[in-house]
Amino acid sequence: MEYLIIIISSIFINNIVLAKFLGICPFLGVSKNTSTAVGMGGAVMFVMTIATIITYLVQHYILNPFGISYMQTVTYILVIAFLVQVVEIVLKKVSPDLYQALGVYLPLITTNCTILGVAILVIQNNFNLFESVVFAIGNSLGFTLAIALFSSLREQLDTADLPEYMQGIPAALITASILSMAFMGFAGLV
Amino acid sequence: MFVILLGLCPTLGVTSSAINGLGMGVATAFVLIMSNLVISMVKNVIPDKVRIPAFIVIIAAFVTVVQLLMAAYTPALNEQLGLFIPLIVVNCIVLGRAEAFASRNTPLSSIIDGLGMGVGFTFALTLLGSIRELLGSLSLFGFKFIEADGMLVFILAPGAFISLGFIIAVMNWMKRKKRTSTH
Repeated sequence: MEYLIIIISSIFINNIVLAKFLGICPFLGVSKNTSTAVGMGGAVMFVMTIATIITYLVQHYILNPFGISYMQTVTYILVIAFLVQVVEIVLKKVSPDLYQALGVYLPLITTNCTILGVAILVIQNNFNLFESVVFAIGNSLGFTLAIALFSSLREQLDTADLPEYMQGIPAALITASILSMAFMGFAGLV
Repeated sequence: MFVILLGLCPTLGVTSSAINGLGMGVATAFVLIMSNLVISMVKNVIPDKVRIPAFIVIIAAFVTVVQLLMAAYTPALNEQLGLFIPLIVVNCIVLGRAEAFASRNTPLSSIIDGLGMGVGFTFALTLLGSIRELLGSLSLFGFKFIEADGMLVFILAPGAFISLGFIIAVMNWMKRKKRTSTH
């Protein structure tokens, strides 16, 4: 039950993009059409889950025992950058199909702040390992949902007749605002 | 002004009030200047293949410095900005300037570039924060003008998107007007 609450709240109520403002860059950048958006979501889910497990273990078995938890930011970003490289190499060898689907998005993920953000949030919320994994999966689902919804809206937006100065980013941001308002309706669900 | 589009996550996340925007801007500017300086000094020592990871480590080191300084001297602001301080590491502006400018130029011009970018970013964040605070709680930098409730939605998430959308639209409109008037 507790895990279900974590999943629902991280997908709908505290959606990582629309309520916490993490991952806005890919949210605006990669959301021009739905299939790339879903591909990006898949890549994020893959890396986020693994990254959260590893940074959790690093925090509890290396940083905390040695009293160097102030090195959190430096260590985490190195772990994530390293992990993205490893995932890329392993995927290329083991599953060329999956690599074809996710490959182009992987390098972009190092600078995607959702990964670092979720890794730090897990520590701040004092989750245990299993809760952390559930939290990571929930947040990546939330990211995928937001970016997929937004991309289908943007496909429609391209055909809309807008004044020149509203085209592109301004119209996209205002659409995101309405989407975010819709998601506020989920508050109080849990 | 287009720096704002490179650092969108903190831009939207922390600008619920003018003072938060200013604090975040100054923190980012500090990291930008220091990392530009150090990267331009060590650029000849770093092999080309590992330059991005090396840059990230340098940036992360300065972010840690900012994190510790803010926790010590401005605990209230630190509490407000929370997660977004460590996230300066993945702010595209900082790495972008490191790669595009500091890795090719002298330390002095890199500092000036960092300063310019930092001031621009701080200005943009403070502007967005002021607009949201003014509309959302009818106050500015914490001073209340009228004893009434504002439009709460501007403090919350949707307000961030909609304010930024309109700011960029206005900027586009002014740019176009300037272009047509010079013709």
